[in-house]
Amino acid sequence: MNETVQRIIKASEFDPKFKYEISKMHGGEKLMRCFQCGTCTSDCPIARFSDTYRPRQIIRMTQLGLKDRVLKSDTLWLCASCFTCTDRCPQDVEVASVIRVLRNLAAEQGVVPQVFKEQCASVLESGYAYKIPELRLKKRESLGLPALPKGNPESICKSLNGVGFLKHIERKKV
Amino acid sequence: MTENKYLIFLGCAIPYRVAAFEISARKTLAKLGVELVEMPEFNCCGLPLDPVSHEMMLILAARNLALAEQKGLNIITLCPGCAGTLKKVNKMLKEDKTLRDEINGHLKEAGLEFKGTAEAKHLLQVLIEDVGLERIKNSVVKPLTMLKVAEHNGCHILRPKEYIGFDDPENPKTLRTLIEATGATCLDYMDETECCGAPSVGVNDKIALQLARDKLNHVKAVDAQALITICPFCHIMYDTNEVRIEKMFNEVYGIPVLHYPQLLGLAMGLKPDELAFNELRVDASKILSNVG
Repeated sequence: MNETVQRIIKASEFDPKFKYEISKMHGGEKLMRCFQCGTCTSDCPIARFSDTYRPRQIIRMTQLGLKDRVLKSDTLWLCASCFTCTDRCPQDVEVASVIRVLRNLAAEQGVVPQVFKEQCASVLESGYAYKIPELRLKKRESLGLPALPKGNPESICKSLNGVGFLKHIERKKV
Repeated sequence: MTENKYLIFLGCAIPYRVAAFEISARKTLAKLGVELVEMPEFNCCGLPLDPVSHEMMLILAARNLALAEQKGLNIITLCPGCAGTLKKVNKMLKEDKTLRDEINGHLKEAGLEFKGTAEAKHLLQVLIEDVGLERIKNSVVKPLTMLKVAEHNGCHILRPKEYIGFDDPENPKTLRTLIEATGATCLDYMDETECCGAPSVGVNDKIALQLARDKLNHVKAVDAQALITICPFCHIMYDTNEVRIEKMFNEVYGIPVLHYPQLLGLAMGLKPDELAFNELRVDASKILSNVG
């Protein structure tokens, strides 16, 4: 994955259908409303500290159809999902949702930070996104807290049947 | 008095490593006459997996709502991420029949169905809307008038506004009001509504910690004796990671970070031990000696 943004864009990189693909997805419907005012970037807490993460740029690249650059970029995963951009966008683009749609597409192709794969594997195995250590469970008891509700991996896996991303998760037999 | 009985949805982060929040919330809610029933079974609310699969998030959230519906109870969560996700999905599925049918197709495989009859609320919303400010004020036996603290709401309790529909994201008042109900002073500081950075941990720790550092700098600048949070992830950023941030950026803070129910509990006359103050990473003994 490439952190730096290449300056020169070749016309052959444009995929004119990409914007329609995104606009059809749940959360991406309002992509084409963006008129590049930059409210999202100027209010973005991550953009303040990152040299590369610019939500406005991601939206424009998506409109232009720079599919590979967007989906393979590291910066896509920096969004903290604080939804400030979504709440302040004057065009109601739901910027954070468009970015989420893009992440979903990247993840579908297997381009995804390890931390998400680990959390997903844990949910399938135990119901919880983190593996709760045995020590913690014992400590709950000593603190007088009620036992944690158990996950139901079998039932969870049944309901998640058909979710595309799961092909990227190594599953332990339950 | 309306019956305050809820299914408590703990989420993943709290049982994993934020026990003090749960302990203090249970103690204070009991004092306020709120009854908590444990979830019959559990799965993650779905939020952490939304970035990789929106569909998976919808199914996981809908499962939890369907389980609550079977129990005939509304959900209370301590984690704003869980509350936000459950609220958002509840609204989406209620308003969009096609989506609801699609998700119910998945749930059917596990013998479940989403009907849309249960609501989810965060602790803060339960306190202000269902318990009510009067009852909270009446529960205070030891007003914390000597304390000057700063509040941190975090993002998911307020945003996205369209789905959460609680308080004002640009100028939130609820936490401030609830802090003032304990007798403590709630100080203003720069960038109060700024994100803690937690969701970026694991992707880019440095950026995430820079955000938290910024917040701690602003809180320090107004001489707050403590920072008050209502989210397990924000708490991890400021309390668990405070020493790490001090080392990384060569700063000195020593700002204790309390879960709101810990503050409320002190005002109710509960002992620091009962409110799990010993679980906090940053030493809070200075403010405890102030409280007496």
